[in-house]
Amino acid sequence: MSQHVVIKQDVSPGGSQFVTVRIGPQLFGLPIEAVQEVFVPDHVTHVPLCIPQIEGVLNLRGRIVTMVNMRRLLGLPDGGEASMAVGIEHKGESYGLIIDSMGEVMMLDHAACEANPTNLDPQWAGLTVGVHRLPGELLLVLDVELALARLTTDRAA
Amino acid sequence: MDDLLREFLTETNESLDVADVELVKFEQDPNNAQILNNIFRLVHTMKGTCGFIGLSRLATLAHAAETLMDQFRQGIPVTTEAVDLVLITVDRIKEILVEIEASEGTEPAGSDEDLISQLDALSAAPAAAAAPPPAPIAAPAPVAAAVAAPAKSVMNGAAAPVSEPKPGVAAVMQQLERALKPGEVSLDELERVFRETAVELPAAREKLAELDNVKASATAPAPAAAASPVPASPGAALPAVRDAAPAPTAEHEAKAARAEDHALSVSNQSIRVNVTLLEHLMTMVSELVLTRNQLLEIARRDESSDFKVALQRLSNVTGELQGAIMRTRMQPIGNAWQKLPRIVRDLAQELGKHIELEQIGAETELDRQVLEQIKDPLTHMVRNSADHGLETTEERRRAGKPDKGTIRLSAYHEGGHVIVEISDDGKGLDVARIKAKAQENGLATAAELAKMPDSQVFRFIFAAGFSTAAKITNVSGRGVGMDVVRSNIEVIGGAVDVTSRPGAGCTFTIKIPLTLAIVPALIVEAMGERFALPQSSVVELVRVQPNSFHQVKRLKEAPVLCLREKLLPIVPLAQLLGIADESKEQKFDDALIAVLQVGNQLFGVVVDAVSHTEEIVVKPMASVLRQLPMVSGSTILGDGRVIMIVDPVGLAKVASSPDENLGADLQNTAAAAAAAQQQTTPLLLIRAGSDELKAVPLSLVTRLEELEVNKVEHVNGHPVIQYRGALIPIVYVNEKVKRATTGTQPMLIFSDEGQTMGLVVDEIVDVVDAHLDMQLSSDAENLLGAAIIDGQAAEILDVGHYVEQAFGSWFKRLSGTRDKSGGKLLVVDDSAFYRNLIEPVLKGNGFEVTACGSAREALDRLGGETRFDIIVSDVEMPGMDGFQFAQAVRGDPQIRNLPIIALAGEGAYDLVERGRAAGFTDYIAKSDRAGLIAALKEFTGAIHGEAA
Repeated sequence: MSQHVVIKQDVSPGGSQFVTVRIGPQLFGLPIEAVQEVFVPDHVTHVPLCIPQIEGVLNLRGRIVTMVNMRRLLGLPDGGEASMAVGIEHKGESYGLIIDSMGEVMMLDHAACEANPTNLDPQWAGLTVGVHRLPGELLLVLDVELALARLTTDRAA
Repeated sequence: MDDLLREFLTETNESLDVADVELVKFEQDPNNAQILNNIFRLVHTMKGTCGFIGLSRLATLAHAAETLMDQFRQGIPVTTEAVDLVLITVDRIKEILVEIEASEGTEPAGSDEDLISQLDALSAAPAAAAAPPPAPIAAPAPVAAAVAAPAKSVMNGAAAPVSEPKPGVAAVMQQLERALKPGEVSLDELERVFRETAVELPAAREKLAELDNVKASATAPAPAAAASPVPASPGAALPAVRDAAPAPTAEHEAKAARAEDHALSVSNQSIRVNVTLLEHLMTMVSELVLTRNQLLEIARRDESSDFKVALQRLSNVTGELQGAIMRTRMQPIGNAWQKLPRIVRDLAQELGKHIELEQIGAETELDRQVLEQIKDPLTHMVRNSADHGLETTEERRRAGKPDKGTIRLSAYHEGGHVIVEISDDGKGLDVARIKAKAQENGLATAAELAKMPDSQVFRFIFAAGFSTAAKITNVSGRGVGMDVVRSNIEVIGGAVDVTSRPGAGCTFTIKIPLTLAIVPALIVEAMGERFALPQSSVVELVRVQPNSFHQVKRLKEAPVLCLREKLLPIVPLAQLLGIADESKEQKFDDALIAVLQVGNQLFGVVVDAVSHTEEIVVKPMASVLRQLPMVSGSTILGDGRVIMIVDPVGLAKVASSPDENLGADLQNTAAAAAAAQQQTTPLLLIRAGSDELKAVPLSLVTRLEELEVNKVEHVNGHPVIQYRGALIPIVYVNEKVKRATTGTQPMLIFSDEGQTMGLVVDEIVDVVDAHLDMQLSSDAENLLGAAIIDGQAAEILDVGHYVEQAFGSWFKRLSGTRDKSGGKLLVVDDSAFYRNLIEPVLKGNGFEVTACGSAREALDRLGGETRFDIIVSDVEMPGMDGFQFAQAVRGDPQIRNLPIIALAGEGAYDLVERGRAAGFTDYIAKSDRAGLIAALKEFTGAIHGEAA
């Protein structure tokens, strides 16, 4: 039920590698060290009475992974079947971020990272730490910690 | 913090806990040298370690304590103050340890001079007074030292050469030119420790004994000579050595050596393992179990597979492995009790009571996670027992009990659970106080309390904020406690109950699961999803079908299950979990209900399907999901799917409280069930003349018969039938009831005062226990009104009307025995239904009846024109109740002599006395119609007799 992406770990000075993912229409970049694996979510069990941003839980090789619906977390409309998920580890617990599709692994220069534009939707601005200008489109750098912290605050709200 | 320090902290904390226990034992039994040795050794070891890792403050303190302990070993009398002082020292050491842990290894600044000087003073005083033998330590030293040297060779060399001892060695070794610093260990001490270690091997010990003998002769001039044969034959040597000056030391050491011998052989077989490692192992084994389950499922599908045998083997090994890993998590419950002797001792001192703590079954094992959870509740309950369970010494004497109160802790296994009992032989729970308090707190009404058995009353002590302690001591009685105890225990799926006998003490019983990691669960389905219900809460499964014995009824909107004598609130699982299809109306015609018990609360959970039971491995929820109300964890099933474990405690909370989502009116389950039970009336449901249901209170029906149509005769144009040798009139419910021409037709027989009649109906449908809520009163004279029974409207037939129809107009001549008027009755009852029910019955018996709905109305009537002969009054009424009404009547000179008959629910016999005091003439149970009529006849007869 899961595919593995071989992730190259060559780190060059001044830049770092990002896994690019598409959520809705937008391209996001996740720091490669945050990403453990990429898999196809299968047999997600709904958790009763939990917030809608949590899709449910699934069994990934014996670990119970909490699946986060990134579209809902970002306030985007639901878009069909969950096709792909990025596995991350946070405070000893496993999470899977459900995304639309997986892109390539990119080396991006720190210097090229620009601050979030001031008119960015605050819901997004709270989860992203900057923008990279790529040929033809913009890539938002997603902060995994912030995204998962959002789940806790959303629950409290 | 480095490993060494961490190790030290764990070990020292453990030793201190043991020291606590031992000290308390020692105080009670000061002559037990073994206990003293244990303590001495603990303190001594600690002192040594402290010095070794450079904790000088601790070492100094421990040294002072050790010196005092040593004086005890020398035979100075053990006093409470001395033990107190050592205990305080132990506490101080604990405090310092906590600070060391917090500061990652640095000893806190500060001085213990206060304690040390006291300890020193105590050790010095008796030493001077009793003039102990000079140089108690030095005296036996040559022996110890000399023995130790060959012992080394015993250890190292297998042959244990009984070679020539070298007495000179000992003498040389002992030379130390300066006094020992606190925390420093003298050489002979070291040797002693070494020697104790060396005695480990029995073979070596024998050799040692031999050596000792050799030594004894060799070192004959030494003062310790008399004591030296002790290790060989302590019993024989004892009388001999008693008088010898250094004897106590030698004797103690001999004993210590033996104790050590035993302790070491046990401790050598165990190792310390980090808990996280065990947890990790546990997870891995769980995975293994799941994988095995998956494989087994594959093998089941594939008949011809070759790997079945191997798989079977794997399966067994996995099972054993799981069991073994589970056992590593098990700890004796005594670990949770360890602090209790000390607590009880301190409490006893503080409260001035004599308390003995008995511990039975301390070796009973349970999961460490569970153990952690019950530590606090247990401590609290023991404190409670000591504080307000046991009486003061004077009270005990007055009650003829021994001065010493006993608190007994016992634990044992029972059917996958551990039962822990805490009992005391104190005064027991005060029922009256609890009742008063329950009423004050609005937990129950006086009427409810009056009917409650004591066992149920006792359970109020587990209600929040419930404390009956008359005075608040600093031990307990602050109104928090037993409710916290209960919730702590329920969190881990346990239950707590209490029994008590006045004057003889009370017993708390805690039932807890062995482990929380693997639990048997029932896999159920709701809305196409599977869920696990912990088996420990499931009492039974009930299937409800249209024709089945058990039925789901509705009280207003709230669905309830009539299960035998109980009425249980039921909740659909899907609805609780928020996955129900809101558009669909809930129907329970055909439903599966899991009856759950949480604490004392019983309720039903409606599920779509029940699949099987399985041992599930509980996986904690991710932190973001941990606060969910209905789900306590998740697990992976054999097919690899994750399912949620439903939390019975969460379900119970919803089942017990009215919830807007449910549109339900479920009150506190027990209360609702009790109340509903009282208010349900058994009804016979029939059809007559139309499809609508009609109902007759079952209590009025004598028998159900089949009317043989061809036997119907006519008298005066009215149908009659011969029934049991008498001619009885038969009446049809209405015009539309079919008049069968052949065969049989169902008939209800009513029998009253020798008069019997038959009421012919179309069909007898069912007997139900229904809550009668008269929705409509009726103008039709054959109906009392309509009520909602089982979700349907049903007309309630007025039996009195038919009785009158049968006997009143046409058959008066036949029955003809009745007085014109039996007397004028005033009936007071707030229930319209009961008034409607009783009025025709009384009328049928020849009374003139005036019915009132309240006591006020009745008093108005009594003050009016009509003169009544007798009053029949309900006891429980809103506003002015029956007692007040009776008093009012007795207070009015005009009517004070009227007989008043009280009507009340059954079983409330304690009300009888109160009723008489209030002025009731007689007391009749509400359901006892015959009794009521007999009583009325008696009273009216008396009245008429007087008049005549």
